[in-house]
Amino acid sequence: MSAALERLAELLPPERLLVRPVELAAYESDALTAFRTRPLAVVMPETAEEVIAIVRLCHELALPFVARGSGTSLSGGSLPIADGIVIALNRLNRILKLDPAQRIAVVQPGVINTQVTTAAAPFGLHYAPDPSSQTICTIGGNVAFNSGGAHCLKYGMTSNHVLGIKAVLGTGEVVEWGGGSRERLGPDWGGLFVGNEGLFGIALEITLQLLPKAECFHTVLAGYRTLEQAGDAVSAVIASGLLPGAIEIMDALALEAAVAAVHAEYPPGCEAVLIVELEGPREVVAIERERLDAILAASAPVEMRPARDADERMAIWKGRKSAFSAVGRLSPDFIVQDGVVPRRKLGEALRRIADMSRETNIRVANVFHAGDGNLHPLILFDGREAGALHRAEALAGRILKMCVEMGGSITGEHGIGVEKRDFLGDMFTPDEIDCMQRLRAAFDPRGISNPGKMFPGKEAPALSHVGLHPLEKAGVISRE
Amino acid sequence: MISPASLTELRDAVLSAPRVIAVGAETKPRLSAVDAVKISTRQLRGITEYDPSEFTFTALAGTPVREIISALAEQGQYLPFDPLLVEAGSTIGGVVTSGLSGPGRFRFGGVRDFILGVRFVDGMGRLLRLGGKVVKNAAGFDVPKFLVGSLGRFGVIGEVTFKVFPKPAAMITLSLPYSAETMARIANSRFEAAALDVLPGGEIMLVKLNGPGAALEVLAREIGGQTIDNTIWDEIRETPWSYKTDITPDQISAFKAAHVSCGGSMAFAHNLPARGMTLRGDAPLWIGGRPRFAIEAAVKQALDPLQRFPSLDD
Repeated sequence: MSAALERLAELLPPERLLVRPVELAAYESDALTAFRTRPLAVVMPETAEEVIAIVRLCHELALPFVARGSGTSLSGGSLPIADGIVIALNRLNRILKLDPAQRIAVVQPGVINTQVTTAAAPFGLHYAPDPSSQTICTIGGNVAFNSGGAHCLKYGMTSNHVLGIKAVLGTGEVVEWGGGSRERLGPDWGGLFVGNEGLFGIALEITLQLLPKAECFHTVLAGYRTLEQAGDAVSAVIASGLLPGAIEIMDALALEAAVAAVHAEYPPGCEAVLIVELEGPREVVAIERERLDAILAASAPVEMRPARDADERMAIWKGRKSAFSAVGRLSPDFIVQDGVVPRRKLGEALRRIADMSRETNIRVANVFHAGDGNLHPLILFDGREAGALHRAEALAGRILKMCVEMGGSITGEHGIGVEKRDFLGDMFTPDEIDCMQRLRAAFDPRGISNPGKMFPGKEAPALSHVGLHPLEKAGVISRE
Repeated sequence: MISPASLTELRDAVLSAPRVIAVGAETKPRLSAVDAVKISTRQLRGITEYDPSEFTFTALAGTPVREIISALAEQGQYLPFDPLLVEAGSTIGGVVTSGLSGPGRFRFGGVRDFILGVRFVDGMGRLLRLGGKVVKNAAGFDVPKFLVGSLGRFGVIGEVTFKVFPKPAAMITLSLPYSAETMARIANSRFEAAALDVLPGGEIMLVKLNGPGAALEVLAREIGGQTIDNTIWDEIRETPWSYKTDITPDQISAFKAAHVSCGGSMAFAHNLPARGMTLRGDAPLWIGGRPRFAIEAAVKQALDPLQRFPSLDD
């Protein structure tokens, strides 16, 4: 046993210090299954004090660590490091406080996203960020990667809902920023911490704001002959002055997948389906739905299907949220991309993606958050074919570069992780990357907190066969 | 006082003196009352990009918020967090560094929740762009958020990009007697109030409702109270408060003399509170101290190694 493991064994009982290859196997990868690394050990702390002690030991020994929740990162954010440990935070899974009067919840990092909403529901409250893996992903992971979801245009990302953070930094220091108030004084430290991709340290307690549940929803599914028509409909909705909670588009290939996977039903003969959802007090929705329906009716849809009740609404969302894993039915392997373009360039972006798809003879399905220009091209390939992964990755890279050229971003909600670190330089200048590296060094001078993520130039981890995450295969999670 | 007229000149200005601080219209004078050469942003003025269909705009730091609000209004859009001291001339850069939001913070969040990207000069004189120009972006560390409330102590902001929303069709303001129970009832309800404030004295509560007029009338009847003139929000916005404190709803009764905003998350006062931040006058910047962590000095060192900008304690 190495010296590091001996020291860890002083902090944790043997059943919470995993070192045998068979035990480590489950932690070798996250939802970016193309990458796989076996860590030295996995530790399973049960308290914040244990996490602090572990991080301080890592600091002393210069032992790299990767914090991990449910391992649903699509950018390889929780990919282990061969000479380092994985700190599995799943046992820090308590909701420490739920205060309906202040509309806040204080949670540990291992709490599952939907558990917050479930706990808040009896008080008529909910936690807004809803990544599609929300039934399994943890708040700690959401905080590290500033996770999004389908309602970001109106409600923002995870960061917009985090009021306070207690964290242990890569220096071993324990900090507490913000708290129960929506407002704070001085620099927004919590805002800087959210989305750090694990490079600053580990969140131990997170104070979340809760919002009243919307009383009423109006969800419409509209089918179009062409993607362009669906895109034009989005522009018309945006120009109308309405602020829908969600605006989503699925293209023909994504629809085909959803039909195959969850027996979703869509209007026949459509190249694209648009989903728009309004929400609010019933009196407000009653007025706004008339406007929305009129705008959509004027956008030449093949068919419009407003959800008549909660079940029909759920069915619409089920088709949408299952689309990613459903694509697994069409292809043994696929890459999920996460670029952002200015909304007015959505049509152009989709045309160019279609051109690239034809040119490379690689099928691409598109599912996207049309309201905020967040594209999720799903690049289909067969990993058993020699060079197929490489060709798919090359296409994914071209799409990301296109997003930057159009004035957008290489990631809307999945983060840079290991997946997109080579593209950071397409978005930021060397000085800007240096600025971020200096910040990283301030929080983690020894470079032990999730090294190898976000910044380019580190040795590439081993590639392996790509496929669905085991949990995706089991239908437990899906990708946004 | 140096008044750069371009971002390149802003960079030169930062490097021109051993200690500098940026100022806008100085509507919150205490925040920049430090011993340093002042860099005025008054010539860094104008909206540089605005496409209403994107729900975003980009403006130079010295652009008066008033100009931005009117450009947005022409396109039926607005900044939901209600920037303060608009008529007094506050600039968008000042809004960011001061981190001040108004009553509208209640529904959709504050300055921090609408800032998307920033171009700023760090202490080494480097002009850097962090964050993005699109409504959704998760690339890189969220330095734009960090600069909200940073009081120019970590960098000088040259240009900012914000998210905006379509302006609601109508507004109704209700006045009703304050009680913690009534406030909680409205805050946690289906009404989706846009703002929820308590006037100084702690007796009267204001509720702002935004949306289609016909619907608001129904909601207003259900909430109760008296409909009053919407201009009260302009008065609140333009009041030159001296102090700001971040509070929680259970502390409202301890801030009776103050104007309590954002459902009990902010208190603005003319009289010295037990804790908070000073916006004008001679009181210490931080009243009752502030939390301190070693990481603050390390981040200061990372962004401003020569201490070209004052510290948060200056």
